[in-house]
Amino acid sequence: MDLSYGPEAEAFRKHVRAFLKTAWTPKDVDRAGMKAFIASFRLQATEAGYLYRSIPKAYGGSEQPADVIRAQVIREEFARARAPMEVAGNGMNMLVPTLLERGSALQKDLFIRPTMAGDYIWGQGYSEPGTGSDLASVRTRGDLVGDKWIINGQKIWTSQGGQATHMFALVRTEPDAGKHDGISYLLIDLNQPGITRRPIRQMTGESGFYEFFFDNAETPAEWIVGNRGEGWNVSRTTLKHERASIGSAAVLGNQFEKLVEVAKEAQRNGRPAIEDPLIRDMLARIECWVMAHRYSSYRIMSHAIADEAPGPVSLMMKLVLTEIGHDIARAAQEIIGEDALLEPESAGSKGRGPEKWLDQIMGSLGNSIAGGTTNIQRNIIAERGLGLPRDFPAEHSK
Amino acid sequence: MRFHPDSDQTAIQDAVFGAVQDALPRDKLMAYLDADADLEPDSWRALMELGLAGMMLSEEAGGSGLGLFEAALCAEALGRSAAPGPMMGQMLAAYALSQTANTAAREAFLQNVACGSVVAGLAFGGNGLAESWDVLHEAGRATGQVRFVASASSAGLFLVGLKGGGLALVEAGEGVAVAPVRSTDRTRKCASVTFRDAPVQILFEGGDLAVQRVIDAALVLIAADALGGAQHCVDLSVAYAQERQQFGQPIAKFQALKHQLANMAMNVEPARALLWYAAYAWDRDLPDASRAAAMAKAHICDRFAEVARDAIAAHGGIGYTWEYGLNIWFRRSVFDKAYLGSPSVHRSRAAGMASW
Repeated sequence: MDLSYGPEAEAFRKHVRAFLKTAWTPKDVDRAGMKAFIASFRLQATEAGYLYRSIPKAYGGSEQPADVIRAQVIREEFARARAPMEVAGNGMNMLVPTLLERGSALQKDLFIRPTMAGDYIWGQGYSEPGTGSDLASVRTRGDLVGDKWIINGQKIWTSQGGQATHMFALVRTEPDAGKHDGISYLLIDLNQPGITRRPIRQMTGESGFYEFFFDNAETPAEWIVGNRGEGWNVSRTTLKHERASIGSAAVLGNQFEKLVEVAKEAQRNGRPAIEDPLIRDMLARIECWVMAHRYSSYRIMSHAIADEAPGPVSLMMKLVLTEIGHDIARAAQEIIGEDALLEPESAGSKGRGPEKWLDQIMGSLGNSIAGGTTNIQRNIIAERGLGLPRDFPAEHSK
Repeated sequence: MRFHPDSDQTAIQDAVFGAVQDALPRDKLMAYLDADADLEPDSWRALMELGLAGMMLSEEAGGSGLGLFEAALCAEALGRSAAPGPMMGQMLAAYALSQTANTAAREAFLQNVACGSVVAGLAFGGNGLAESWDVLHEAGRATGQVRFVASASSAGLFLVGLKGGGLALVEAGEGVAVAPVRSTDRTRKCASVTFRDAPVQILFEGGDLAVQRVIDAALVLIAADALGGAQHCVDLSVAYAQERQQFGQPIAKFQALKHQLANMAMNVEPARALLWYAAYAWDRDLPDASRAAAMAKAHICDRFAEVARDAIAAHGGIGYTWEYGLNIWFRRSVFDKAYLGSPSVHRSRAAGMASW
């Protein structure tokens, strides 16, 4: 057992630090030049082999051999220097890995570079009003007419839907084939007359998601990833990526620290709430889960380094994260007391007090739905982790 | 970076589990539960032959030169197999003897404890924390009572917590009276031990850093036992759900039960790394070792208590019977949760040691 990264990694860390010291100099850049500065910094960092490591050089990546420890050192050092990493979002997390595995040469040429540059912003077109956990029941239709797909239907729960320029979507193109075999994975330009987008106002009052209406929208015939009817399998690549990216121990650690902060600020019986034994027990109880989750992520990383499967714990990370989020929400509600009666100003605005915890108190519910609901997660743990029978017989395409 | 057991470490754990399974078939374990004896000789001998008692001693001291991490993996196997016996006391007495500056005590007892020819009982008392110990010590003699000491009737030695936070050894015999109590956990039958002017060998004075090391190791080993017990409860429940038929199908097909079993697994598997970290931090003597031990004891013993309840619920009627044996682990969960301090005691300590 050894939690240090070893001398090779520490030598590498020095290189990363030296690079950041010369290349990441935001203080010398004015507000107007910041966007261009970040773009050129990302190019330099890619040149140096620190960003876009899994992307081939031919598509503008740095094409580095997979190395879990180096990737971790880079994350740590970039975070320490507050330097931007890769462009975030569905495009880099989901679409690009899928294209690298399943896309055509044309698709890779057309989409990877602008996505890396942040010029193309991708929305996910999976869910529909009648299609949640039973994703393969999608009904949005795609008909090949000449050299175009004609698309009709509706997609929902698209994050970044306001800014999105493109969408990757699951569309029913083979209505006579089976449920899973009738779906294709299409790429769609969202700026066209046949598409209407509408924000969804969510329980927080904000609009983080959009729905999209397709009325004879069009996309080129060759913008299909994989063959006709293979969309279900193509989409599996991306969901794996999404699950991995949600389970983040660092985010949870920050959230717990903020909970401690608010317990120090809030008063109870004329004293800081954090001095109350009940509050202390509540915090320590949550911290045990937080630490268990953090060490489990070390464990998963350790297995990845050794190139071994980590076992069922990796199936549990998302649900544990969700459950801890609920516990933090309950504790925060207890700690802030009457301040919870004030609806917070929207995130980023000034003068937000303890009531800002309403964002987390409500937002933590989103985590129990997005990326596979809590009950679906329990099915996954029971079926794949414990080997219990499946609820529904597998009907996946071959 | 390495944060999971290697194949040697897993092999040690498997050997311990196998040794208990071989030495103690089910009917023998069931018979032991109802017997008066507080030591089961065959499984105890098998474990001593594996060198468990001395595994944390250096090789020069006749041990295996392993750490608390390996000891915790073994304790987990013991919890999983509900092994009888005072293994924790034996390991900790050996460790304490190897660390003491009292060379006379070390020479007199270490070898016998490490090879298991003398059974050593853990007699801390109070709620497990040094501040709560209350056996008085004066002029080389100890007086006081410790309510719960596992395998005390079989013990030749006791590792005793003294008022003021010191640790001492007391030999069975002169000034020591052992009175067995009806024990909830019959795999670790307890007695109350009364010392009246019993001769003591002081191993560590109150305030010696080694005392906290011994306590922390004890907390980690209990947590490890709890993890193994909890894992067994999940395994047994999953296996039973696949066998048991109702409404013409295995009950494992019912989503309500699948989710119950998934929740049980969620109580166990993510806690494993918390135990590993606590053992690792102790082995490296990291600044947060005490805090990590407190968190592991609090969290994992809570998880075991919960999973043991859930296991009986998931089984239905058969789980409630004596004969089926699930109650062995349920009772063990009661022991692990209560012994050396309830979870909230250790959460409060963890909060006290936190940066917040």
